[in-house]
Formats: sequence, structure tokens, C-alpha cells
Amino acid sequence: MNKIFGYPPTLTPRTTHYCPGCTHGVIHRMVGEVIDELGIRGRTVGIAPVGCSVLAYEYFNFDMFEASHGRAPAVATGAKRSRPNLIVFSYQGDGDLASIGMAEIVHAANRGEKITVVFVNNAIYGMTGGQMAPTTMPNQRTTTCPMGRDVNEVGYPVRMAELLAELRTPGFIARGSAHTVQETIRTKRYLKEAFEHQVAGRCFTFVEVLSTCPTNWGLSPREAANWLEREMIPYYPLGVKKRPDVQAAQEGA
Amino acid sequence: MAKVLMKGNEAIGEAAIRAGCIHFFGYPITPQSEVPEYLARRLPEVGGQYVQAESEVAASNMIYGAAGVGMRVLTTSSSPGISLMAEGISYIAASELPVVLVNIMRAGPGLGGILPAQGDYFQATRGTGHGDFQLLVLAPASVQEAVNLVILAFELAEKYLNPVMVIGDGMIGQMMEPVEFPVEGVGPPLDPGDWALTGCEGRERRIVNSLFLDPEACNRHNLKLKAKYERMAENEQRWELYNCDEPYDLLVTAFGMMSRICKTAIDDLKAEGTNVGLFRPISLNPFPYEPCRRVIDRAQRILDVEMSMGQMIYDIQLAAQGRLEIDFHGTAGGVVPSPDEVADKIRESLARIGRSPARKPGKRSAKAAAAQKSKSKRSKKTATAQKPGKRGGKKPQNAGKRSAARQSSARRHGRRSGR
Repeated sequence: MNKIFGYPPTLTPRTTHYCPGCTHGVIHRMVGEVIDELGIRGRTVGIAPVGCSVLAYEYFNFDMFEASHGRAPAVATGAKRSRPNLIVFSYQGDGDLASIGMAEIVHAANRGEKITVVFVNNAIYGMTGGQMAPTTMPNQRTTTCPMGRDVNEVGYPVRMAELLAELRTPGFIARGSAHTVQETIRTKRYLKEAFEHQVAGRCFTFVEVLSTCPTNWGLSPREAANWLEREMIPYYPLGVKKRPDVQAAQEGA
Repeated sequence: MAKVLMKGNEAIGEAAIRAGCIHFFGYPITPQSEVPEYLARRLPEVGGQYVQAESEVAASNMIYGAAGVGMRVLTTSSSPGISLMAEGISYIAASELPVVLVNIMRAGPGLGGILPAQGDYFQATRGTGHGDFQLLVLAPASVQEAVNLVILAFELAEKYLNPVMVIGDGMIGQMMEPVEFPVEGVGPPLDPGDWALTGCEGRERRIVNSLFLDPEACNRHNLKLKAKYERMAENEQRWELYNCDEPYDLLVTAFGMMSRICKTAIDDLKAEGTNVGLFRPISLNPFPYEPCRRVIDRAQRILDVEMSMGQMIYDIQLAAQGRLEIDFHGTAGGVVPSPDEVADKIRESLARIGRSPARKPGKRSAKAAAAQKSKSKRSKKTATAQKPGKRGGKKPQNAGKRSAARQSSARRHGRRSGR
């Protein structure tokens, strides 16, 4: 009998610490599968952030950094610039990337660092217990906006993919979601394209993945998936925001 | 190899290349900006990478990334910039990565000023960042020594897998002196050993990390680091003695450029027939306590001179163990004491132990000298009986006046302002 489905070699055989209904595990797996499919595990270096995925280095089965809060794109810059043959990616949440690490992500994208950034956006601070994130939805209740996010006080949620796509420097920028099988498969395609651009040494690559946080949203996993679809997707539209002009790049080279 | 005339900051950049470091990540800040300027030009010539970071916060994490993949790496900054790097340096130390940092100190606190100061002694030797970690800290007193110590810093960083800081006051970075580079060309690359993230092909995967959620594991990690710092303290103390061969009553302590000014004052006084010794730590951490104590034991009083409000003086106190009174003279804000000013402070200190050196050479009669000697014997008892650790420091009497003069001089030279 042929084995047609198994554990990806790029993931360690460990049970993750993520809550039931959280999509971090699914996103880890997609990243792992893409790395396996491209055959780049032996030269990949991943960078774990601070946040729920702080222990990502326990689950990814290749060389890993643990970075300080928000600085993963700077760590990636140092690693990739000094060893360009490595495939370097950071895996960051919304507090890490869109709040404390805003400068690092914008400048890494603007310098056109040949890295991949996996940005998991669940509209809340998970690890610290459900505080407001820069991506928290208008009127969404969190422990630090108990009456709901008031956009007159704290502004609107930051759309990172669109913000980075505005930069003139070429890049691959996409947003997917992990709340349904269909969207998960589509998101994996974005991740694969992102890593392929990096393998070709082409450009900065960024994949935002909308993710659920049933625990801190106070919803069951199924309700959380529905809430993501109903509340988040209209505000955070899915799709590819920017692609490098591969043909022009090849002609230029 | 022939000597070349170079600005300190440029010589520091070139020294790193000679040590085999071809990667630099940093952010411009006066008075160290000539390092990134020099390396932005030089590193592409040697196949290296120069990256201007968006901030010192990012720079300290870029060097974490570069060192983590096993590449020799340098960053340089000046005081406020080092403060911004503090978190990253703590991660680097905790993850045991070899990096070299250069701090060309400017005046503080806050935005302070852009002129030379030594107010980051505490920051470098005590509290660079959070948690229990230590840097190896080397303080040059000339451009040549800066070159030698930058090269040594890479050796030590790799020997101990620890960040090493070369710390110089603004003068070290800004002045030009003849230098000779002890090695030619570009040094060999770093051996990535068994710790660097080079890709896990054909081996077990590696993790560069400083997170230990298990308290026992975190405690063990701290004990491991402590053992390393003890090895550093045992093997890496460096210092200089000046004019300590002949008997002296007063020992002057100073580091970096301040020690050179003190040497000039000591030479001037020697011409007047007064002998004063000087102790200069080259490694600020580990501080050479025992060598310092040995020269302290031969003195009757200590004068500590710093371009700060008194920071190294605490290490001098630790070395003195309450045996002697310590006078202090310090300036801040970019006010650099002149040799004459230091000589006056030396005379004041000598007067406190009953030594009144002749103002002009050759005027001291043998009788007066003998009288002074017997007086000093009495006062020695008094001095040692006094409270340990009491600082005899006085506010610099003419600090305000000098400060104004210095500011107008800065205006004349049209230095670039701020950052």
C-alpha cells in the first residue's frame, strides 16, 4: 500500500501547545510542507517571534533562531545578508509584527530583503491573554478595550499586506486565511510562491494569514471560524496584493 | 608595514576588516559616523556586506542574525545608540554569540552632546542590558591601541562566544594618529563551529535561543555563563602602569584618553621633582583589581580622574578595599580636563597628605623635603584610619567656565549637530 499522507519531515513529532481551534498548527504545517516540497530543509533558517508562536523552534525541524519581540525581520536581514545561500523566513504574529516590530518589517520590505515573512493575524494578543492588537477589529472587545475597539480613540486596524504592497520596492505580498480547507489550500499556494521567489533570489516576500483565536475571542472553534469569515475577511480582503515582474527581472538580468 | 595617518573611526573600520570581519550593520550617530561611512566604501571591495539599519534597535538584531549564522560581524555606535541596542546585546550574550561592538562615547545623559565623554562606564561594565550577563570591555588610549584592541576583540569574542565591546571616548574616534596594522589583507573567515545556523544538511538541527521557561534550566544556563565570566576574569585582565617604578605618594587612576592627559600632567610634575604613578585599566571588564591593588599598596592617596561624574571610581574603591582615601576629579558634557588642571588636582591631593610639591623645579630645599617626608608618615596613619569607601571628590571648581569655553569652541568648529 502506498503511503500518500504523513507527517512532514520539517516538523518535529511533537504535540503543539496551541489551543484547540487555533490555526497556528495548520500554518506551521503548510510552511513545513512547502519547505519539503521545494527540498530546501537543509538550507533553511527559521526565526520564531515573541507571542504564541514563541516556541515555533520546537516544532520546525531545521535550524531556528528565537528573536526578540518584533525584531525577526532584522535578524533575518543579518542572517540572509551574511549567508545569501540560506533560505530565511520569519514567523510572526500581529503584536510582534504590526505593533512593536512595525519599523523592522517596513524597512526589511523596503530594502527588498530576499526573505519570507509569514504573518499570522488573529486580531488579538494571544499569549499575554487577549489584549488589543493593532489588527483588532472595530468594536471588537478585548481585555484592554473592554467596551470594544473605539476607532476614534485608537484608530483603525492596520492592513499590513496593503501597507507593504504600497512600497515601490518589488515584492510578493499576499493575504490568505486558514479558517477553511479551501482557503488553507489557497494560502499554501501563496506560501509556496513566496518561498519560490526567495529561492530564485528575487524579492522580499510576505504572506499574511488570517487566523482564529477561539480562547481569547471567547468563541467555540466553529464560531471563531465563522466570526473570521464574517468580520475579518471584509476588512482584510484575501488575495495577492503585489507580484514581482518576473519577466522584467529576468530580462534585466 | 608602514604607518599611515588615519582618523580613529576609519582605523577601527579597517581593523575589523584585517580581523576578517566583512559584515557591518549599524546606524549613523555622531561621533562614530565615520565608521559606517568608511565601511560603506570598503566592504564592497572585500566582498562583504554593509547594511545601514533603520535604527540601532534593528542593528543589534541584525548582528544577532549575522553572528547566529556564523559570520564575523561588527556594529559601532555612540552612547544613546548603545542604549537602544541594550536589549539585542542581552540576547546576543544570552545566546553566546561572538560579536564586536564599538562605543565611541559622547556626552550624556539624554541627548547630551556630541563631544567626548566617559559616562558609559557603568553601562559597559555593569548594566548594558537586562539580566545577568557581562561584556568583555576594552578601552584604548590611542588610535593604534584602538586598532589592536578591535583585532583582539574578535579573537576574544570567538574564544569565549561572548560579545566584546571596545569603548573609546569621542576623541579616539575623531582624532588622527599614525597607525600600523599588524596584519595585511582580510583575515580568514570565522569557523562556524558546532553552534552556527548554517543549514541542517547532513547534521542535527541547531537552535540559537535565549528562552528557558523551565526555571531550573534557566538557572543552569546562568551558572554556565557565570563560569565563563570567571574564566574571562582569570585570563583577560589587561592594564598599564606608568611611572610606577620609582617611589610615589600619589597614584592617579584614569582610562582611555583621560589617561594620556594624566600622563602629560605626571610628566610635567616630574620635571618639578614630584613623582606620581598612574594605573590605567585596559580591560574595564574584567577589571584588573589585583594589579590595581598592588600599585595602590605603594601609594598614600589616590586621585581618580574621569570624563564623567565618577564611575570607574567604584572599581578603584573595590581595589583599594578602604585602604586609602580616593580623591576624584571629573568633568562631563564634553569638557576635557587639561594637563594643567590635572596637575593642579594632583597638587591638591598631595597637599592633603602633607606633600606640597614645589611649584617650580629646583626650588625645593633638602630640609623642606625632609620635613615633608616626616609629616607624610604621620598623615599616612590618618589616611588609612579613615572610613573605607569615602569619596574625597569635589566638584570641579571651574567646570562652568570651561564648559562655556568648550561650547564656543564646538560652535567655531561647526560640528554637525545631534544625531
